[in-house]
Formats: sequence, structure tokens, C-alpha cells
Amino acid sequence: MSSLRRRLSPYFLLGPGTIWLIVFFVVPLYFMAKLSLESGAVGSLEFDWNWSNYSEALSEYDTQFVRSFVYAGAATLLALVIAYPLAYAIAFKAGRWRNVMLFAVVAPFFTTYLIRTIAWETILSDESPVTEFLHAVGLAPSGHILATSWAVIAGLTYNFLPFMILPIYASLERIDVRLIEAGKDLYASAAQTFLRVTLPLSAPGVVAGTLLTFIPAAGDYVNAQFLGGAGNRMIGNVIQSLYLSQADYPSAAALSFVLMALIMIAVVIYIRFAGSEALMGEDTV
Amino acid sequence: MESRGAQAWRWLREHAVNIVAALVVFYLLLPIAVILLFSFNDPSGRYNYTWVGFTFEHWAHAFSRPELNEALVTSLKLALLATVISTIVGTMMALALVRHQFFGRRPANFLIVIPMATPEVVMGAALLSFFLLIGTFSLGFETLLIAHVMFCISFVVVVVRSRLIGFDRSLEEAARDLGASSFQTFRLVTLPLIMPGIFGAAMLAFALSIDDFVISNFNSGTTVTFPLYIFGAAQRGIPVEVNVIAMILFFFTVAAMGFATWQQRRAEKMASVRPEQEAGIGVAVGAPAAT
Repeated sequence: MSSLRRRLSPYFLLGPGTIWLIVFFVVPLYFMAKLSLESGAVGSLEFDWNWSNYSEALSEYDTQFVRSFVYAGAATLLALVIAYPLAYAIAFKAGRWRNVMLFAVVAPFFTTYLIRTIAWETILSDESPVTEFLHAVGLAPSGHILATSWAVIAGLTYNFLPFMILPIYASLERIDVRLIEAGKDLYASAAQTFLRVTLPLSAPGVVAGTLLTFIPAAGDYVNAQFLGGAGNRMIGNVIQSLYLSQADYPSAAALSFVLMALIMIAVVIYIRFAGSEALMGEDTV
Repeated sequence: MESRGAQAWRWLREHAVNIVAALVVFYLLLPIAVILLFSFNDPSGRYNYTWVGFTFEHWAHAFSRPELNEALVTSLKLALLATVISTIVGTMMALALVRHQFFGRRPANFLIVIPMATPEVVMGAALLSFFLLIGTFSLGFETLLIAHVMFCISFVVVVVRSRLIGFDRSLEEAARDLGASSFQTFRLVTLPLIMPGIFGAAMLAFALSIDDFVISNFNSGTTVTFPLYIFGAAQRGIPVEVNVIAMILFFFTVAAMGFATWQQRRAEKMASVRPEQEAGIGVAVGAPAAT
């Protein structure tokens, strides 16, 4: 009796959450897959394995697809370059400032995402000191930043930066300092020690951070909406407007599926490359 | 003797990481400073984008916009409910995954990671497809709650399990040895020790829910949450009160975080009493505990 209870208790504990995730995450994906193969207008949609939804959506919106991945890739790279020194400083140099700096990393999350993005609209507007400064040093030759690719990439970089910093910090913080000291004892220069000891040991954090930044950035449409112009629309903007304004559900569903599939492929490759512990902590699978 | 220039260069090299880090911290906090600054702005038109003049007006009348208040109340109710449900359900899942070996662990883990690896726009679109095709739910508060619980669960599981992994099981064994039932052990030993993790998870869920725009935008029907209000208002000019309320929420969250950190320290103290006493045994039996 007692051993039966022990054997069943994990299923009892898992039950409610699993059911919720299956019914409201997995099943909806099935419905979206079905919708993506239907044809007809709203009200008279019919399921008929209409694969042309995919080919038409892809050929019509291929620019937005490529743009989304380019923007997300650029934002991820920028975030990595910005995040690594900060994570390194917090882990090894901050001392008593550590908690203050960690607070600064998560503080953006305490204000609403949309308002943060709108604040960037103010910061990057033509009259702002930031734009004037960048114009003066030659980084913004036209005097405009808003409604350019750079504004969208800057917004994406900012909004997902904490997702890059935190995993890198976590993996740096776990490094046994004696390994770094050993590198120095064996006459490695500071640069060599960093490249051959610290950096490889922080790789899981870099991989996790890259994923956690890239995935939401590729699907984002808020930054493109507020900071970009008509020529900066991303695939998220297309999906959003096809669903919510134009009610072209089959095309929108097809696009969502392609986006998800591409991202899943990227994730699987990454997990193969780095091990799933990067995403879920040591004890996974 | 080093020259002055070489000294400056050395200092710069030694502190380069710290200087870059300080700049990044500045970058992270800049928009928050802008939001705060513009909550004191006195814009001439409807658009709060350029600085006009300083006023306390909007802080004094922070809740003077009925539509905004209504959206805020909806968001708070939604976030509270989503937090309670996802925290309970997620904590249960974390307990199962860390404490038990069972058939189906891998798929369960997979099911938890996948939502976090899915872009929000896809989750929102999938849920909307589901709601449209089955037709049992009318879009509104109910569908928002379903969606918010769904995307919060995974994060709760991840936070709570990280707390459970570092858990010292011998504390529970001690309780059992002293005759506590398994339920008593859970309530009196396990739960208080993992409470900071649960509290942290709940805070994260609350923050995710109250801030969600993308998924809500797909599944809200005519219900308006705080982020949806901002999105709607963006076209016709965002009232300054939005900045004020955003800052009020900010300070509340900071306070809650401070509380969580304090609680965590306390729990760590509780759990760390044991090894120190153990070390003391034989050396100074009967000496008062150091902590």
C-alpha cells in the first residue's frame, strides 16, 4: 500500500501542471497546425491539407523572416559583447557591490516592457541628447535613429540583455577560482588564462544566454512596432497583424509554425552542442 | 619609476572590466531614469515624449484616469490569480521532478522546457487558434488567466527546483527519526526551507503576468490589462499617469524583492546552523551556538 502510494505520488504531483501544459500548450499547437492547412475565409474555413498556405506565406513574407533572424542575431551578438564584461565584473570584481549590480541587471524587469520600449523611443528621438551625441561623433550620420534597423536592434538588445547576463554570471560564479590561479601558476598570461580556462568554463552560460536572448528576440514585434519604421517590420508584426487585423488565420498559423520550427531546430542544435544542463540546471534528463 | 602615462595606462587596464561594467549598469538603468523623469513632466499636448516642465501634478492625481485604473485592477487581479495557481502547480511539479525517480521524467522535463523555448507570439497565436476553433471559451479574463498560468508554470518549476536541488535531505531524515509523520515533516521542515524559492518563483510569476503584452494581446477579447492599455494609448498619446503608475509598481517590486532577499538569508541561516554545530561537537560541547 505504502509503496504503491510512493510510486504514484510523483504522478499526482505532476498531474495538474502536466494537464494544464498539455491542454493549453500542446493541444493549441495541434489546432494551429490544423488551422495552417485550412482554406477559405473566416466563417467558412475548411480543412483540406492546403499546403499552399505555407509556400504562399513564405514567399510573401520571406523578407520579414530574414530580417527577424538578422535583427535577433545582431541583438544577441551585441548583448553577448555587452553582457560578458558585466557578468565577469559581478562574479569576480564586484565585492560588496555585487548585490547592487545584480539589482541593476533585474531592475528593468520591474518596469513594464512596453513602457521601457517607449522610453527608448524618447531616448532615441531626433531631439534627444543621445541622438545628438551619436550624430556628433559620426555614428548617426543622418541625425535619425528612430525608424531604422539600428533602433530596433538596440531595443531588442536592451530588452533581452538580462537574459544574457544572468546565465553567464551564474556559470562564471560557479567556476573554481583555483583553476584560474593554476593557469597563472603555470605561467599563462592573463589573456591566455581567460581564453583557455575562464571562457571555456563559462560556455554553458554563454550558450544558455544566447538561446534565451535569441528566441524571444526573433519572435518579438513590440520593438519593431515602437522603434522601427514601415521598413523594419519583423515576422512577429506580420503574424500579429494577420491574426488580429486581417483575420487571415491560415497564413498567420503557417507563419507561426515555420517560425517555431526554425527556432526549435536552432534550439536542438544548441542543446546537442552544449548539453541540456545549460538551460535547465544540472539535474535535467 | 613608471611615468605618469604608463601609470594611467596600467590603472585603465586593471579597471577596464569595471569601467565597462559601470557603463553597462548605466545603460540598464537609463530607461528607468527616463520613465521616472517623465513622470514629473508637464507636457503641453497629449504626447509625453519631449521634456516641457516639472510638475508633481500627475503624482498627486495618479489614479485620476478611470480607464487606466480599471486596466490596472484587471492586471492585478489576473496576476494574483495566475501567480497563486501557477505557483502551487509548479511547486508540485518541481517536487516530483527533484524528489522522485519515475517513468516519464524525460517527457515531463521536455514539456516544461518547451514553452520557455517558444516565442511568445507563437504561444499567443496557438492559443487563439485553439480558442477560436473549439469555441467553448469566450475571449476575456478567463482566457487571459488560462494563458498566463500556462506561461508562468515553467518558470516556477525552474526556480523552485533550483532551490530543491541544494536541499539538505538529512534535515528531513532527522524530523522523521524524531517521529514526525511525512506530512508533518513536509509542513514543518521542507516547506519553510524551500519557502524563499517558492516566494521567489511567485514573484517571478507575478512579474511575468503583470508585464505580459504579446500573449495577452492575442487572447484578451475586449478585456484591457495595464500593458494593453498602454499599447492602445500609445497611438493617441500616453498619459503621464502611466509613468507614475509604472514607477509605483517599480518601487513595490523593489520592496518585495528586498523582503524576499531578507527571507532567503534567514532561511539560509536556519539551514546552516546544523553543520556549524556538528563541527563544534567534541571541540566545545555545550558552548553557545555561534550564530
